[in-house]
Amino acid sequence: MDSRLIHDLEKLLGRDGILQKPEDLILYEYDGSVEVARPNCVVFPRTTADVVAIVNLAKRYDTPLVGRGAGTGLSGGALARQGGIVTVFSRMNRILQIDADNQRATVQPGVVNADLSVAVAHTGLHYAPDPSSQKACTIGGNVSENSGGPHTLAYGVTTNHVFGLEVVLPTGELVRLGSPTLDPPGYDLTGLFVGSEGTLALVTEVTVKLTRLPEAIKTLLAVFETVDDATETVVDITARGITPAACEMFDGWTLRAVENYVHAGYPVDCAAVLLIDVDGLRESAEAQAEDVADVCRVHHARQVRVARDESERELLWKGRKNAFGAIGQISPTYYSQDGVIPRTKLPVTLRRISEIGKKYGFEIGNIFHAGDGNLHPLIPFDNRKQGQLQNAIRAADEIIELCISLGGSITGEHGVGMEKDRLMPLLFSEAELDLMRRVRDAYNPAGLLNPGKIFPSTKGCGEIYVRPSPDASAIPA
Amino acid sequence: MNMASMTISSRLSGIAGPSGVITDPAELAAYQIGDKIPRAVVRPRTGEEVAELVKFASAERLAIVPTGARTKLGMGMPPRQYDLALDMTQLDRVIAFEPGDLTLGVEAGVPLEKLAAVLAEHRQFLPLPVPFGFRTTIGGTIASGVDSPLRQFYGTARDYLLGTEFVTGEGLLARSGGRVVKNVTGYDIHKLMIGALGTLGVITKINFRTFPLPGATRAFVALFESAERALELRHRVAGSPLTPLSLEIMSPRVAELLSGDVAARIESDPIPASLLRKTHWALMAGFAGNPQVLGRCERDLCQMAQLSGATSTAVLEEDKTAGAFGRVREFIPIALASSDATTIVKMMVLPAQMKQVLASAERAAETNSLLWAALARGLGVIYFALLPTDGEQDSRRRVTQATDQILLTCRDSGGEATIPWCPAEWKSALKVWGLNRRDLDQMRKLKEVFDPHGTLSPGRFVGGL
Repeated sequence: MDSRLIHDLEKLLGRDGILQKPEDLILYEYDGSVEVARPNCVVFPRTTADVVAIVNLAKRYDTPLVGRGAGTGLSGGALARQGGIVTVFSRMNRILQIDADNQRATVQPGVVNADLSVAVAHTGLHYAPDPSSQKACTIGGNVSENSGGPHTLAYGVTTNHVFGLEVVLPTGELVRLGSPTLDPPGYDLTGLFVGSEGTLALVTEVTVKLTRLPEAIKTLLAVFETVDDATETVVDITARGITPAACEMFDGWTLRAVENYVHAGYPVDCAAVLLIDVDGLRESAEAQAEDVADVCRVHHARQVRVARDESERELLWKGRKNAFGAIGQISPTYYSQDGVIPRTKLPVTLRRISEIGKKYGFEIGNIFHAGDGNLHPLIPFDNRKQGQLQNAIRAADEIIELCISLGGSITGEHGVGMEKDRLMPLLFSEAELDLMRRVRDAYNPAGLLNPGKIFPSTKGCGEIYVRPSPDASAIPA
Repeated sequence: MNMASMTISSRLSGIAGPSGVITDPAELAAYQIGDKIPRAVVRPRTGEEVAELVKFASAERLAIVPTGARTKLGMGMPPRQYDLALDMTQLDRVIAFEPGDLTLGVEAGVPLEKLAAVLAEHRQFLPLPVPFGFRTTIGGTIASGVDSPLRQFYGTARDYLLGTEFVTGEGLLARSGGRVVKNVTGYDIHKLMIGALGTLGVITKINFRTFPLPGATRAFVALFESAERALELRHRVAGSPLTPLSLEIMSPRVAELLSGDVAARIESDPIPASLLRKTHWALMAGFAGNPQVLGRCERDLCQMAQLSGATSTAVLEEDKTAGAFGRVREFIPIALASSDATTIVKMMVLPAQMKQVLASAERAAETNSLLWAALARGLGVIYFALLPTDGEQDSRRRVTQATDQILLTCRDSGGEATIPWCPAEWKSALKVWGLNRRDLDQMRKLKEVFDPHGTLSPGRFVGGL
């Protein structure tokens, strides 16, 4: 990297605003995925003006630029695939405005997701999208990835909760998209930029919707002796027109790992559990809880437990939200997938995933958003053993192909990033990808912003991107 | 017919079949927009035919306007150029309805009424009780971006549109999104098609998430002596645990419009007598659920209405709600049919600003000697109808003054406003798309990508796009 660029960045941000030593950069070469890419430097803007200046410097020195929140992403979205500058928004973490009367808040991108809900709790409101990493992940990152979470089943994903954005385009222009009011006239630029995986702009401000907390929440834990019974229950809940606030499934393997770690009181001798929230008015939550319990029993649930109080509810959910961390006890590394299928296809899909696991010698765990058909098969592998990462990726690819063959999609909430770019031709024609590339180029003409993401780097279908042989020490355990 | 037209017509027939091309002037008149009548109407049967037609038009530098049931051709500006109307009503198949997955794939020309019937067989629906609901197509509904009372609970199409197939201005048949309820694969181009008036692409297929029909439904109505008090109830409800399906506030004249003969021609179900009064503001809320939930909502709403100073309250049982919901849904066509020169301003403001902008719009209308009627959705969208007695020059002058004033008021209060409906000959005088938008340059970039030659509805949209 050009030393003059480093010098200019240092002048702009101060010595504590930039990292460039290899031992520092190593912390920014990974995220929550299995991808690795090391930046040449990492910068920490404090203001929107800093971001504009950083973009202008990147432009002047023709250097790639990548935005990053907390680095919890699961598709390599915040990694500097082609090197360059990683811009970390952790110092732009102020909540700029809370407007409880109008149920809106304006925040800087580095605000941690859960912090916003905590900050507005006294008004009876919350920020509804709740990725499992919500205690760490940032709203800017959520906006870039259009993140989901367990409760998006009823409340919608990030894009359903964003009114407007302030962004810095790769050309250095600072623009406001959308509006704090509804139906801003013109094309839905906010809808396009949310979920664009940091390829169109760097987000510097987000205006979000705040949602009233429900009067009552009932949390049910339904315990099953077979995975089929659990998946059939999910299908039936949907078919009966019940919309739970959340409907999560863990299989027995995952459950045992989580219980050993969180001690949430999950039964460890069963094949699967469903963790279901219903909410609304007291009268409605009670009735829905009974309806859901009935469906569970029809499908042979061994036990349906309703959390007695808030602390039991929190404990049950703690198990879900910390699940991925718990897997560390079992396996030094894992690969989590994010395919989506039509909900009615859950039973057959889980059976096939288990077969795919056997074929490659993995016991694949499943802990996922069952209610909306968003799978997270979790493939544990030991990166120190020759060929295991490659096999994990092969198994994951087979799962994704299965999802597509069932009418599904390759990513429900994690994003394409650098993980699935090579799979895009399975869903979109070259002409369709080219149209999307032209949309990207309209805003990011020189391709300096987050290069090498979303779009396959090689033309033509079926070409598999070959990873460099993994550097075991570089992958987080 | 001259040589050039004959050639064009035969080329079009080659794509859409001879019966798919209309050149009879009497029939063409039904596709008129402003003072422009197309040279031909084409009725494609498939997305591929649409792509061929657009490709041909683009190569010949002809301009196309896609149409459905033609209920909303008056929205936006008249096209700069208008050679072909693309009548999409032959694309009227429900392609895939998966009740178990709550997903739906349809062609753009499917009438909403037909769609509702298909979904109702499985006790499901799309929460789109939009104006012109008696005739409109799903494609027209999405392309025009009209909203409905149910946005209060279900959001707008943006919140449950899963994907689209569309044809770009260069004739590329492309897809975006998918047909699963959660998906972040690629850019959300399908969202760009909502409300774009066909200026980025011709929508050919649409995938939706569907919803279970709500249980027993009731309508709650409270009457007030002022807008201020009706809005106070709105704020109380917003601060309560209740989640009504719809919540609308109506000015006194709305009562008159919705109970008149014009209204009866548009929505035959009657509105119960004395439900609304010509002297009072009204708040109407829809709610649904099991008997306990209904009881609770009714109790809480009545109590909050009393605290807000309601002069009376009423609850309609399910079998009486059709006329009330139906006529409120059709407020826009009813208002349009009630005067020769009805001009409707759509005001978009923060909920807490509604009181002030309503008062100011009322002043703008009255200082210009204009009758007016306002219907406000609880989330901050107000349809403010100006009802001049005629379409003469003087009315136009007064409407222009009033709307200019209202647009400024909305902007000054941090909101925006547009004029989706007005007489065609007034379009050039009124600020149809509101005041300048700061992000117009970013929109222009999209138009360049999707329709570089200006083949699709040129000039109908914001900023002349």
